[in-house]
Amino acid sequence: MSANSDITNSPLGAYQKRKSVFPKAVDGTFRRLKWAIMAITLLIYYVTPWIRWDRGPYAPDQAVLVDIAHRRFYMFSIEIWPHEFYFVAGLLVMAGIGLFLITSAVGRAWCGYSCPQTVWTDLFQHIERFIDGDRNAQIRLQNAPWSAGKIARRLLKWGIWLAIAFWTGGAWILYFGDAPTLVRDFWTGHAAPVAYMTVFVLTMTTFVFGGFMREQVCIYMCPWPRIQTAMMDEKSLLVTYRKWRGEPRGSLKQAQAHPGAVGDCIDCNQCVAVCPTGIDIREGPQIGCITCALCIDACDKVMAQVGRPRGLIDYVTFENAEKEQHGAAPVSALKSILRPRTFVYFGVWAGIGLALLFALTSRTRLDISAQHDRNPLFVRMSDGAIRNAYTVKLRNMENRPRTVRVAMIGAQGSLMWRNEETRAQAARSFEVKLAPDAVTKLRLFVVTPMQAGAGTTREEFSLSVQGLEDDKISDTEELIIERGGS
Amino acid sequence: MSGNKRIDQPTGTETVGHEWDGIEELNTPLPRWWLWSFYACIAFAIGYCFLYPSVPGANGATGGLFKWSSRDQLQKELNARDAELNQVRQALVAADIHKLEGNEQLMQEAIAGGSAAFKVYCVQCHGAGAAGSKGYPNLNDDDWLWGGDLATIEKTITDGVRQPNHVETRYSQMPAFGKDGLLQPAQIEDVTSFVRVISHQEKPSASSRRGQPIFEANCAICHGPEGHGDRMQGAPNLADAIWLYGGDRASISQTIANSRFGVMPAWGLRLDKATIRMLAAYVHSLGGGEAMPAAEMAADMTAADVGAAQEGPVEEGNVGE
Repeated sequence: MSANSDITNSPLGAYQKRKSVFPKAVDGTFRRLKWAIMAITLLIYYVTPWIRWDRGPYAPDQAVLVDIAHRRFYMFSIEIWPHEFYFVAGLLVMAGIGLFLITSAVGRAWCGYSCPQTVWTDLFQHIERFIDGDRNAQIRLQNAPWSAGKIARRLLKWGIWLAIAFWTGGAWILYFGDAPTLVRDFWTGHAAPVAYMTVFVLTMTTFVFGGFMREQVCIYMCPWPRIQTAMMDEKSLLVTYRKWRGEPRGSLKQAQAHPGAVGDCIDCNQCVAVCPTGIDIREGPQIGCITCALCIDACDKVMAQVGRPRGLIDYVTFENAEKEQHGAAPVSALKSILRPRTFVYFGVWAGIGLALLFALTSRTRLDISAQHDRNPLFVRMSDGAIRNAYTVKLRNMENRPRTVRVAMIGAQGSLMWRNEETRAQAARSFEVKLAPDAVTKLRLFVVTPMQAGAGTTREEFSLSVQGLEDDKISDTEELIIERGGS
Repeated sequence: MSGNKRIDQPTGTETVGHEWDGIEELNTPLPRWWLWSFYACIAFAIGYCFLYPSVPGANGATGGLFKWSSRDQLQKELNARDAELNQVRQALVAADIHKLEGNEQLMQEAIAGGSAAFKVYCVQCHGAGAAGSKGYPNLNDDDWLWGGDLATIEKTITDGVRQPNHVETRYSQMPAFGKDGLLQPAQIEDVTSFVRVISHQEKPSASSRRGQPIFEANCAICHGPEGHGDRMQGAPNLADAIWLYGGDRASISQTIANSRFGVMPAWGLRLDKATIRMLAAYVHSLGGGEAMPAAEMAADMTAADVGAAQEGPVEEGNVGE
């Protein structure tokens, strides 16, 4: 058939109807790798909220908790306050660059193995095979008229999908509240409306994306394949059909009849049958290929059966494919990976990681910040002294109550007292009890006698904060005493 | 025209049947999801028109089945907020002003409420930061004409200063020594010199020495022999660094010659007791607030207990009146 008649027979439409994909079960190296990665990622996702981590009586004991209500983010021994959000930003940047690194080194490995869309679709497809049987049985059932048996099978399959989808949506909210409490509240109807809405939305998206949309999410919805396509170069790993070895295709009989006239590909279509996105890899690299490598497993198995070497379909870089075609020696995999581009990505990735680690180990858990009163800037007292007022915030980011000393540095001759004290109690420093894991706010007056500040309009000084049991100052805040002229 | 419909070969789509200079239009229908969203929007709009105000009329729009209006909603929200605040207000009114400082939480709520009320009723004269200006006292400092404890501040706000036709109001009247001919201009200059000496703005001079006996004869009765003032009468302290109308020669001599007559409304006539208490708490919190005098505490306690009279301190203690 000519291309032209092909077009006229099947009109082009803006909306292509999905061709159902019934991927066949397969076993092999990459399938087993996928099983392992699926098990690990799902385990991490479902189990993490249930891990307990003792932080003492003043903080939650959930290992990983995004406590939005109290604006705290807990991750094992790390606690992040809102002003330390740059850690999260840094992690996200690392995740982004990590994807660049992975993509430039091994191609679309993220898509093929660890993307949630891939993992859950894989899980759902496995359940589908469990209920409906393998590829051929699925196709038969699809084409069969609706009967009690078909309805029962469909309901069972969708029911299991829904249960998993619900479990998935349910696990998500556990990251945002104490897991045991939240589960109890959820089932007794006491959880927040947002919890129910989140679970509902995530249940439905998991159910629809994993059960029905599947590869369409990758091909039509996800931006990442486009970005990745732009990021790959001739040294990125691709699932490649060695067409110079496989073509022209021919059955085993033809090969026996005319040795040498046909290639290694026996056109058994197994690579197409196992493909979860329903593409034919023999047509060359394409956006539908998530490089899950199941076709490699399928082809290797067939090659073993017909007694030909494995790797007719294989992970090959574009560069090596060119070289192999022309009989040149391929570049080793290690050499392909170790190239300037991956080094730069790794360098940036590791640099950000080290910077975050440094920031994490050197950050202070006791902060002071203060704001000078602006209206009035200063107040003249009856004895002629000048009083400045400040709103001081002391951040105790440790999970224990602390007593700290706030002291003045500089502005000799000036004294300070807190709002609840009187001027008679003014001193150069004071001790204050701080609640655990909280900001303590206090109002501070600093008084400068008339003669001490004569002739100057403003004077700089600092407030320092130090835990009583600490041997050095945790933080200082630079401030100004205003005197408003001579 | 419409008879010319035909299937376009390359795309397989039907044409609409028009043709201009060989250019035809394909009849590509709207995507079905778009069409259904469009119908859903129409259904929503019709439903909305029945439920909510929609059709404008001469005297406002139709009410709709829900009788919703933004004014009602605002009123509802304001009422809900008022109901919340009422608890604090009732607690404040019921509280003993002398023990208010001990109730940390109530005090904080009172200060917050006072801060808001201050911006409505007080900033016109005392300024947004309560720093006052010439003729309007700075409420942040530690100098008080009538006293700086909570009860006294509350009394001053309630009854005001020189509020006409209000018996309870704070009232102090300094004679206009110059205008009324009580002192000669030269004598006023001398008293001015003396006042500037006791407030440490000038060194003693011949003029100030002449002024001292005049001060003792005319001023000390209210301001005290050393010029420290008297809160019972609302007489300002002349020996400190704070001047309501200015401490320079010209200002002082003008004050002596013409007197001053600042007025503050008696807010008790306009505001409820809870708001006034909040204002008192706020002003007290600005940095100059004083502790309740022990004598007055005792006085109020005895009054409250209707018990054994402690005559001496009680009489001395009633400074606020």
